[in-house]
Amino acid sequence: MRFRAFAGRNAKELLRDPLNVSLSLGLPVFMLILLSVLGKSIPGGGMFAIDTLAPGIVLFSFSFTTLFVGFLIAQDRTGSFLVRLSSSPLTAVDFYLGYSLPVLPLAMCQMAVCFIAALFFGLTLSVNLLLAFLVMLPAAVLFITAGLILGCLFPDKAVGGIGSIFVNIATIFAGIWFPLELMEGSVFYKICHALPFVHIAKAGACAVSGDYRALLPHLLWVMGYAVLFAALSVFIFSRRMRAEKR
Amino acid sequence: MTAIETRGLTKRFGTFTAVDHLDLTVEEGELFALLGVNGAGKTTAIRMLTCLLPPTEGTALVLGHDICAETAAVKAVTDVSPQETAVARQLTVRENLLLMAGLYGADKAEAEKRADELISVFDLEEVRAKRAKTLSGGMQRRLSIAMALVSRPKVLFLDEPTLGLDVLARRGLWKLIRELKGSITIILTTHYLEEAETLSDRIAILSKGSLRACGTAEELKTLAGTGSFEDAFIALAAEKEEL
Repeated sequence: MRFRAFAGRNAKELLRDPLNVSLSLGLPVFMLILLSVLGKSIPGGGMFAIDTLAPGIVLFSFSFTTLFVGFLIAQDRTGSFLVRLSSSPLTAVDFYLGYSLPVLPLAMCQMAVCFIAALFFGLTLSVNLLLAFLVMLPAAVLFITAGLILGCLFPDKAVGGIGSIFVNIATIFAGIWFPLELMEGSVFYKICHALPFVHIAKAGACAVSGDYRALLPHLLWVMGYAVLFAALSVFIFSRRMRAEKR
Repeated sequence: MTAIETRGLTKRFGTFTAVDHLDLTVEEGELFALLGVNGAGKTTAIRMLTCLLPPTEGTALVLGHDICAETAAVKAVTDVSPQETAVARQLTVRENLLLMAGLYGADKAEAEKRADELISVFDLEEVRAKRAKTLSGGMQRRLSIAMALVSRPKVLFLDEPTLGLDVLARRGLWKLIRELKGSITIILTTHYLEEAETLSDRIAILSKGSLRACGTAEELKTLAGTGSFEDAFIALAAEKEEL
């Protein structure tokens, strides 16, 4: 009951902010439409192929969950609301799950909206979309836990700026806005492939196109990072909770 | 019965001593004020008594539960209305109350009953469906205190409840606090002398973390040999604060 009450509050705080909804659902769909139209106007038509663009746009939408979770936690910490919550019988586990779990359904909605919108631009409706849905879930965990880390480390005024940088880094290093293959062999290309973002986009693209053999290495890369981010967020979150009591 | 007993309660932050060997006893049902200027140690004392901050030295018993060893038991019988208004901005007035009832383990029916009762008591009927962020400062503070009561605490800590409110909102809150008197134990921190004198059964004057005097407003005036409570406060707090 305690966890449910807290998680319910966090879901309402996130979903009742019109800016959150428009950024997390509206902006990705807008970018999908824009890039699809742009891609079709470029000779050759391979610049923004919908099979690779759609998972990339899902990643773009996930990056906003980092911003929202981070901002919610930082806002509670900065104001007195966390004092109120901390004096209640909520445990550290209640806090952690209460902040993170309500965002998972939002991430699933984002995926559904992005893939449905992509259907209008040529994405094939098949069982592979369901696979892509499952493949992208570890990425959702990665972005949500990144938000927990952000909210624990920075005050609310800084979260907006740092969160925006994170959104940009995630999307640029994922190669959503331009094909990374153009820079194959460069240092930037190597950095991109050491980070999880490009693997998220590629794992999604492999799932959508049914390229199961190519999918696995990318998926393992993403799952590894998701576990790392989750572990890091538990560590930082518990340290922050203890620090609030000093 | 004793509601709170502090035993050499001390909090140090590095070399700075925020609360220094505080020894106090508060009886059940009493409205007890911790009075002091900014930095006197009032909020730190409350944070320790509500298990938000561990003492560096000493301890306290809240309704017989040790704040160091029995934090869950202490949290179950206490609630706090923090210094700044603490409401969930996107939730309605009623949802804020339901949230706090839920956090303290009330089931849905019980939470709704308590929320509706407090909406009536705190005169929040007109704004019950409005989001907290749209309320005036006075209304938000009123809601903030109601949220601290929805858990039905036996000991309620009100940390500077009228700070920053206009005179009408302040008087409105005084009326509500008076109505609560006797039914639960209330620890009120304030630096408004009139507030402490008007509302409290007993007052403890804190200065630089130390207890300077404790008693009724009349007793403190007699102790200081002054005719007004303001003069008594200045006389009693002056030595430490070097006014």
